[in-house]
Amino acid sequence: MSVAVAVYDVKEDAFAPASEAGPAPKRIVVAFGFWVFLLSDIVMFSALFAAYAVLVRATAGGPTGGELFNQVNVAVQTGCLLISSYTCGLMLLAASERRRTNTYLFALVTFVLGAAFLYLEVHEFAGMIARGAAPQRSAFLSAFFTLVGCHGLHVTAGLIWLAVMMAQVEFKGFRPSVGRRLLCFALFWHALDIIWVWLFTAVYLMGIRP
Amino acid sequence: MNLLGKLSWSVIPFDQPIVMGASGVVILSIVFVLGWVTLKGYVPYLWNEWLTSVDHKRIGVMYIVLGLVMLLRGFADAIMMRAQQAVAAGGAQGYLPPEHFDQIFSAHGTIMIFFVAMPLVIGLMNFAVPLQLGIRDVAFPTLNSVSLWLTASGILLTNISLVVGEFARTGWVAYPPLSELRFSPGVGVDYYLWSLQISGVGTLLTGINFVTTILKTRAPGMGYTRMPVFCWTALASNLMIVAVFPILTATFAMLLLDRYLGFHFFSVDAGGNAMMYVNLFWMWGHPEVYILVLPAFGVFSEVSATFSGKPLFGYRSMVAATMVICILSMMVWLHHFFTMGASASVNAVFGVASMIIGVPTGVKIYNWLFTMYGGRVRFSVPVLWTIGFMVTFVLGGLTGVLLAVPPVDWQVHNSLFLVAHFHHVIIPGVVFGVFAGYIYWFPKAFGFKLDEGWGKAAFWCWFIGFHIAFMPLYVVGLMGMTRRLQHYDVVSWQPWLVVAAAGAVIIFVGVVCQIMQFVVSIRGREELRDVTGDPWNGRTLEWSTASPPPAWNFAFLPHVTDRDAYWVQKKLVCAKQGQPTEARKYEPIEMPKNTPTGFVNAFFAVVTGFALIWHIWWMAALGAFGAFVTFLVFAFREKEEVEIPAETIARFDRAHPAEVAL
Repeated sequence: MSVAVAVYDVKEDAFAPASEAGPAPKRIVVAFGFWVFLLSDIVMFSALFAAYAVLVRATAGGPTGGELFNQVNVAVQTGCLLISSYTCGLMLLAASERRRTNTYLFALVTFVLGAAFLYLEVHEFAGMIARGAAPQRSAFLSAFFTLVGCHGLHVTAGLIWLAVMMAQVEFKGFRPSVGRRLLCFALFWHALDIIWVWLFTAVYLMGIRP
Repeated sequence: MNLLGKLSWSVIPFDQPIVMGASGVVILSIVFVLGWVTLKGYVPYLWNEWLTSVDHKRIGVMYIVLGLVMLLRGFADAIMMRAQQAVAAGGAQGYLPPEHFDQIFSAHGTIMIFFVAMPLVIGLMNFAVPLQLGIRDVAFPTLNSVSLWLTASGILLTNISLVVGEFARTGWVAYPPLSELRFSPGVGVDYYLWSLQISGVGTLLTGINFVTTILKTRAPGMGYTRMPVFCWTALASNLMIVAVFPILTATFAMLLLDRYLGFHFFSVDAGGNAMMYVNLFWMWGHPEVYILVLPAFGVFSEVSATFSGKPLFGYRSMVAATMVICILSMMVWLHHFFTMGASASVNAVFGVASMIIGVPTGVKIYNWLFTMYGGRVRFSVPVLWTIGFMVTFVLGGLTGVLLAVPPVDWQVHNSLFLVAHFHHVIIPGVVFGVFAGYIYWFPKAFGFKLDEGWGKAAFWCWFIGFHIAFMPLYVVGLMGMTRRLQHYDVVSWQPWLVVAAAGAVIIFVGVVCQIMQFVVSIRGREELRDVTGDPWNGRTLEWSTASPPPAWNFAFLPHVTDRDAYWVQKKLVCAKQGQPTEARKYEPIEMPKNTPTGFVNAFFAVVTGFALIWHIWWMAALGAFGAFVTFLVFAFREKEEVEIPAETIARFDRAHPAEVAL
């Protein structure tokens, strides 16, 4: 993906507004485009949140959130994800200084924390299904599994992406295109945090209220 | 375990002569076109110059080709429905059995909105927006190609449903619980859902691409208040795509989970809520109307200013009206189901909000009228479509204001009055706008104009045929005829429906005129040739480069100093005539490299979609894996850009003096 940019030799008008400055540098264009994608992704989650809010009481005689949610498990999950965001930031800093070893190291820590988060989530899902609280049991559980599972799928995609990015660093080096992709990955990983904070609040914290 | 899922020979409807005949014609024409292309040796050219192209102009043209081809398919459905309703009165059953008629009206709506209107509008934006902004491509050219081919995948899947299996019988909105597995056990709804999921991803990527392009990569000096109105409407349209298409994706994902894994989002038992689907669907669906109509409004703005030889009247109010519509369009969704049982107060709020949208739309109509007023209007074909639009659309809009009154809506909801209303706004609003844009930008894309005589004949057939086809539907709607009837007992409706069918035939003559216009224009292209690059005495930057433009659009990015950038430049050149022009120093240009990523990815998308529809799980996994590998190959490619040498650019400019004259 690239932008064709070639600025004609024009005398810069010192007082021209920013909107007349001409095409933005490629790094800015790519990051901006990715932000727009993240916003669209958040809209998709907002539809799932809305569905969850509508269906949260529709338990059809089955278990409620208060009976199912394990606060300790969720707290550890949250810790994993938030710390992984910090190490993801460290990875981006290392990459911007072109320090290969540190980049790999922090990417590995990020990956492991993300994988731990996923493991805990799958564990929680498996436990619920074993107790008869499968998504087919009630509309509430359908909405719960879809909302939380969709976030989990995003984390999975993020892990695959991270692995691909490390292969890119290894084989292509820190060239500008790889740098831009790492930046997008970091934005993505942080956005998953934002969504998780809402999820944590709207599903797990509000879910244990009587 | 069955390796082919639900697939078997019995899913091909050999016993239905109409379906088999139609599919036979489609398959034969595909084989004929492919054979002709191969025999003539065009395959390498097509592959290198078009299918793998990331050039926004070519992608735009391919979108429009897709849209026009599907318009024929959707129109064939329309003719069949009109013919059926014209004969199936009293005890008569007509020639279409109910299960086939149901598929036809579902396919007609789905195709016309997603696979005709969307590709046509996105095609025009692709072609014109970067040229108008004075830049060389969109922000993400490869992503653009991926979008195009994902849309094509959705279209292909829908067309496969004609032969293999069936299409949805639920109407184009696929409301549950009817669309749930329990009441629609066939693959029809699955075809609908997967085609729209796949093409919806393509549309979302287009939205992201164009929002970024318009906000971040405009030519130097192209400030927000200097952007052509078409770019403004494209911005509004793409902002809405980003804001609402994810809702559709989420909604369809929920319905798919219900159908495939037995979830209970919209089911009738275990606490499911079917009304939630209706809300979510129209939270996407109403903005979708404006996603389609706003770029068409942009075309009308360009056409009315250009052909009146005047700047657009009320530029700022036009921009403001566009953005107000963009926001208001997301606050009216409930008027699609006033009868669903919301309280009177809720209905009133949404009714008033719906009426308020008429205000910015009215502002636009007056602006176009005042642009033409006092201008030296050339009554060329795009202007005919524009005037035809204004006359027709105002009436259609008025019936919309009527429907926005909840008590009125309770009387006529789900009737042919409603059907008449939305055709009365979408056909002039979107279809006429797209035709105006097609004729307006055709010489820019191909270097020759379209024939005027056949164009005018096409316009008059469409304009007259439209009114004869849809005005009677208001009448039978008020007489109580509900929509989607395969047959009816009230014989007093029949004369009106016969008239409507006659109108559809007149529109068909219009379509034939358009095909003739295309053929005649290609054969007479030497007389219709445009060598100036500016056949209409245009005002915006796309007319400042050659027709057709080179791959790099502009040898030098234009420096914009005012609104109507090219008009200002032209006046400047006139003033400076006789003075020696300074020699230009050409520099090589980096352009994005063509890539088959989009095409190959679309192939795997079709494989995956088809496999999911027929429950062939191994094939679905294989398709998804193929798409992932395609993506990896792209991510690891060595060369991302090609450099066009300065000498090539200089040679092109010498051969096309149009641009150099500035």
